[in-house]
Amino acid sequence: MAMSQIKPVLTSTETAQTDIAVSVRNISKNYGAVEALKDLTLDFPRGQLTSLLGPSGCGKTTLLKIIAGLLKPSSGEVEVNGKPVVGPGPNRAFVFQDFALLPWATVMRNVAFGLELRGVAKSEREDVAAKYIRDVGLAGFENSYPHELSGGMRQRVGLARALSVDAKVLLMDEPFSAVDEQTRRKFQEDLLGLVQNENKTFIFVTHSIEEAVYVSDQIAILLPRPSRVSEIIRPTGFRNKPMDQIRRDPEYLDIVDDIWASLRSYVE
Amino acid sequence: MIVFGYRLPAMASLILWGLLWELVGWMELTFFIPPLSEVLVTLFEIIGTPPFLKALSETAYAFSMGVFFAVGIGVPVGILMGRSRLLDELLLPWVNVFLSAPLTALVPVLMVLFGFGMKSIIITTTLFAIWIIILNARTGVRQINRSLVEMAQSFGASPMDAFFKIYFWAALPEILGGVRIGIIRAVKGVIIGQLLISIAGFGALFELYSSNFLMAHFWAILIVLFAMAFSISEFMAYLERKVSYYAANR
Repeated sequence: MAMSQIKPVLTSTETAQTDIAVSVRNISKNYGAVEALKDLTLDFPRGQLTSLLGPSGCGKTTLLKIIAGLLKPSSGEVEVNGKPVVGPGPNRAFVFQDFALLPWATVMRNVAFGLELRGVAKSEREDVAAKYIRDVGLAGFENSYPHELSGGMRQRVGLARALSVDAKVLLMDEPFSAVDEQTRRKFQEDLLGLVQNENKTFIFVTHSIEEAVYVSDQIAILLPRPSRVSEIIRPTGFRNKPMDQIRRDPEYLDIVDDIWASLRSYVE
Repeated sequence: MIVFGYRLPAMASLILWGLLWELVGWMELTFFIPPLSEVLVTLFEIIGTPPFLKALSETAYAFSMGVFFAVGIGVPVGILMGRSRLLDELLLPWVNVFLSAPLTALVPVLMVLFGFGMKSIIITTTLFAIWIIILNARTGVRQINRSLVEMAQSFGASPMDAFFKIYFWAALPEILGGVRIGIIRAVKGVIIGQLLISIAGFGALFELYSSNFLMAHFWAILIVLFAMAFSISEFMAYLERKVSYYAANR
């Protein structure tokens, strides 16, 4: 019964129409005898937000780090814009769960740090950084240090840093899990705005079902031991509705319930 | 500290111990302890005399060279040990052995290897200071937040960038702590070197005064030495406080 409700959501035709920004082909990752990922294949449509959702230990972060080039897969390959990934590259930027800010540097230097590592001149990179600091709503905090900011503000710094290198693919590893619930809701709304306004491809790891359904164009459900993609869900009906209508949309509620139904047996 | 409602000034205990010293001196219990006032008078007499200035410059030179090599070699070696498993396995046993070894016993060997001059004294000073500096730099690098390293990688940091922009700064609070303790050990090293290797610097003065039972002179030099070691160590503690704003938030 639950599955019949989800059927109309699974539209495979739409994937074929849109252009693929990142494609993961037959990825396996072993840690010694442990298979973290097994023969995983997944496409990420350009300009859209894809969530990787699954119980803890299902390898979502591992997959994200392989796409980032921070981890090498045991077999299989990742392509970004048709080119194979061999390591980290300027076409991808990473947003970290624990923010990964330099505690000894100001907000300005932190946001400009990606550009600093790419050898952009100081005045130029600070101009770019200043723009994104304003965009994420941190104007006036340019000379603050991370320990003077709240968790939510720190993640805005992390986001501004990722945006300022102007990568076409944004990789986000549970970016809102370390901030409080109200801040998280604000972030989710801001993220919807970003997906709409910036022409970027977002890959978003989360363990929150509601969050995934709220923000995603496509949700890939990963099941653990070893990880594989069990379902791909594409919410369509409420995507163009106003933000405050989404959480009461029947389709939203159905998808949340269905995902929980398929995940609950994997949660200890 | 507050006693009977009065706030005691900092280092009030020193005044108490100074009074006790003065008292013991006046009681003439032993020639070994002259009154503190006599020691201080002697101190001002000998400061500025040519033998004192010569001893000061010899000691300062050996000390600063020794510390220079201990920091210049110790910090990079410690950082590399913290990053490379292979180097760590190779060097850690030796660092631990030398950290706790009675280095004074090694001084005669150094004399055979490097002669009786300044070179041996500098090497002795370095050997006293370097091990704790290595160990602390290593600890500082090992506790670095893994995601900072990944962040630098993901934005395309070269190994040099990672070293100078991430590892060094992340480990700086521990490095400064190690250098502070290393410097205190270097003071010991330089005096032991000057006593055992060649009678030079403050070591020579200690030797001269104690063999002639000039205890007031002996104590005066010791006070000078203590004051210098204390100021350097306080300066390092001041540097440590400057980075403490991020030490707790790494």
